[in-house]
Amino acid sequence: MTTETLFLIPQKAGQAMVRIEFEGETLRVPDGISVAAALLSSSRGALRTSIVKGTPRAPYCMMGVCFECLVEIDGIPARQGCMTLVRDGMIIKRQSGAPSLDGLASGGKNGK
Amino acid sequence: MANDVKDLVVIGSGPAGMAAAVEACALGMTVSVLDEQPAIGGQIYRRVEDAPEALQMILGKDYGAGRVLAEEFRQSGAAHIPGATVWNLTGDGVIDYVDAGGTRTISATNVLIATGAMERPFPIPGWTLPGVMGAGAAQIMLKSAGAQPAGPVVLAGCGPLLYLLAWQYLRAGVKLAGLVDTTRFSTYVTALGKVHGAVTGRKDLVKGLGLISRVRLARVPIYSGASGLEILGEDHAEGIRFRHKGKSREIPAGLVLLHQGIVPNTQLSWSLRAEHRWDAAQLCWTPVTDDAGRLGETQIHVAGDSRRIVGALASAIQGRLSVLAMHERKGGTAQPGRKAELQRQLARYTALRPFLDVLYRPLDEHRIPADHVTVCRCEEVTAGEVRSYVDLGCLGPNQTKSFGRCGMGPCQGRLCGLTVTEVIAAARKVAPGEVGYYRIRPPIKPIHLGSFAQSTS
Ligand SMILES: Cc1cc2nc3c(=O)[nH]c(=O)nc-3n(C[C@H](O)[C@H](O)[C@H](O)COP(=O)(O)OP(=O)(O)OC[C@H]3O[C@@H](n4cnc5c(N)ncnc54)[C@H](O)[C@@H]3O)c2cc1C
Ligand code: FES
Repeated sequence: MTTETLFLIPQKAGQAMVRIEFEGETLRVPDGISVAAALLSSSRGALRTSIVKGTPRAPYCMMGVCFECLVEIDGIPARQGCMTLVRDGMIIKRQSGAPSLDGLASGGKNGK
Repeated sequence: MANDVKDLVVIGSGPAGMAAAVEACALGMTVSVLDEQPAIGGQIYRRVEDAPEALQMILGKDYGAGRVLAEEFRQSGAAHIPGATVWNLTGDGVIDYVDAGGTRTISATNVLIATGAMERPFPIPGWTLPGVMGAGAAQIMLKSAGAQPAGPVVLAGCGPLLYLLAWQYLRAGVKLAGLVDTTRFSTYVTALGKVHGAVTGRKDLVKGLGLISRVRLARVPIYSGASGLEILGEDHAEGIRFRHKGKSREIPAGLVLLHQGIVPNTQLSWSLRAEHRWDAAQLCWTPVTDDAGRLGETQIHVAGDSRRIVGALASAIQGRLSVLAMHERKGGTAQPGRKAELQRQLARYTALRPFLDVLYRPLDEHRIPADHVTVCRCEEVTAGEVRSYVDLGCLGPNQTKSFGRCGMGPCQGRLCGLTVTEVIAAARKVAPGEVGYYRIRPPIKPIHLGSFAQSTS
C-alpha cells in the first residue's frame, strides 16, 4: 500500500467542494471532477481487484476505454469512475473480482 | 421515431466533430452532436470552455486555439447532447445511446463517426499495477481536475504527447524524476528520409523539437534510446527499470506514466462490420473509406483520429470535408473553391505525419511482449498463452475466444486487440492484416441493464 496519494489537486480559494464517501471514509473533493480523479487524489492504493487473479488495479486511461476504474457507486456495481462526476453525498465502494460484471450487458457476453 | 430524423448526427465533439457540425449548419443541415463527456472539446480541447486561466497558461497556445472552434460550434445552431454514450449504430443511421435518463434512439440521414483516438496499449511487465497510467490519462487529470503528481513521477515511452505532458508539467512546477525516451537516434536518420514531405510541416517540427529541448534545459534526466521497460513493485508501482547505453538502470517512482502514441478508436466502425485494413505505418487497424471518409456505400462517414491519426487541425478539416461530401451527394453545391481550399489545408496539416510515424514508431518489444507479460488486462491473459493458442491452431484474435477469454472482458479488446493481432501475426509469421481482429458487436459500451428499464420511447 502506498503511503501517499498519487495525485494532488492544489486548492483554490472559492473552489466549490463536495463530500463523498469512499469505503466509509468521508472525502472533501472539488466539485465537477470525476470519481476516478477524486479517488486518485485523495485516497490510497487500488480501487478494485482484478476478476481472475484478484490483483490490485487502479484507473489507467481516464477516458472510458480500459475499465480499470470500475467501482460501486450508490449501490450500483461496476460503474466507470472516470466517466462519472462526483456528486455531494455519493457513496463509493471498492469493486472486488468477478461479481463486478453482474448487471452489465456487454458485447457478446453477459447479455440477458 | 421517424418524425425526428436529423440531416446529420455527429458522434464525438472533438475538433473533427465540432468543425463538421459548424460546416453542416452553415449549409442549412439540422445537426445533433452526441458525446459521452459532460462538455465539448474532445481530447485535445477537453474542458476548453471553462478552464481557469492558470490552467490555460500551463496547457499552452495550441490548447487555447480550441476556444475559437468551441465558440463557433456554440453559435452554429447544432444541438449538443452531453453525457451521451453511443452503444449502437446501424448502417442506415439509427443510433442508440445512453445518458443519465436511460437509453434513447436518434436517427439521421448522415452520420459522422468522430470518436477520436486512445493511447496505444503499452504491454510491459508490471503495466497493470496501480501507479502506472497513460501519460494521456495523467494529462486528462491535469485538464479536467487540475491534478498533478503528488510524488516522484517518471514519464516513459515516445511520441509528441509524452513530451507535451513533460513540458506542461514543468510549467505547472511539477518535478520529473526522469524522462525515459525510447526513440532511437538511428530512427531520426531514417525519419529524415521522410522530411521531404515534412518541409511544409516545418513549423510543427520545430515546435516539437522545441518542447524536447526545453525539457532538457530544465535539467530533467532524459534517457534517450532506452529499451526493455519494466515496472517495479508488487502491489503498486515503485519504479521503472530499463536498458540504457548497454546498462540496466532503475528510477524509483510511485507514479509511472507510459505513452507510445495514440491509435484510432475503431469500435464503432468495426461494429458496423465495415472493412478495415492493417496500417503498417501507424501499426493499427484503420477503417477503409473514400477520401471523404465514407464507409462503403453507407450514409456513414469517419473523420479525424478515429479514421487514422492525423492530429487536431487535420481532424477538423476532415470533419468539414466529410460534410461537403454528404452535401454533394444530396445534390447540393458548396461555395466555389471551398473544397479545394480545405484540401490544401489538409495537405499542409498532414505533411509531417509520415515523418512522425517513422520517428515515433514504438519498439517491437513494447508491442509484442515476452511470454510472461499480461496482454489482456481484463481477463488476465499473457502473451505466452496467446502463443500457445496459435500452437493449437488459433489463426487470429477472433478465434482466441474459443481457447480462452482473451478480449472478452468489459473493455471489449480495446486494451489488447492490437497486441493480440501482432503477437499472433508474429507467431504465425504472417502480416498482421492476415490475422484479422476481434468481432466487435453492439453494445460497444457495457450498458447497465437498469438503463433499459428507465428508457423512454
Ligand atoms: C488522452 C489523449 C490526450 C490528447 N491530448 C492531446 C493534446 O493535448 N494535444 C494534441 O495536439 N493532441 C492530443 N491528443 C491527440 C488527439 O487525439 C487529437 O489531436 C484530437 O483530439 C483528435 O480530434 P478528434 O475530433 O478526431 O477526436 P477527439 O478529440 O478524441 O474527440 C472524440 C470525442 O468522441 C467522444 N466519444 C468517443 N466514443 C464515443 C461514444 N461511443 N459515444 C459518445 N461519444 C464518444 C469522446 O468523448 C471525445 O470527446 C490526445 C489524445 C488522447 C487520446
Ligand atoms: S480509467 Fe480507463 S475506463 Fe476509467
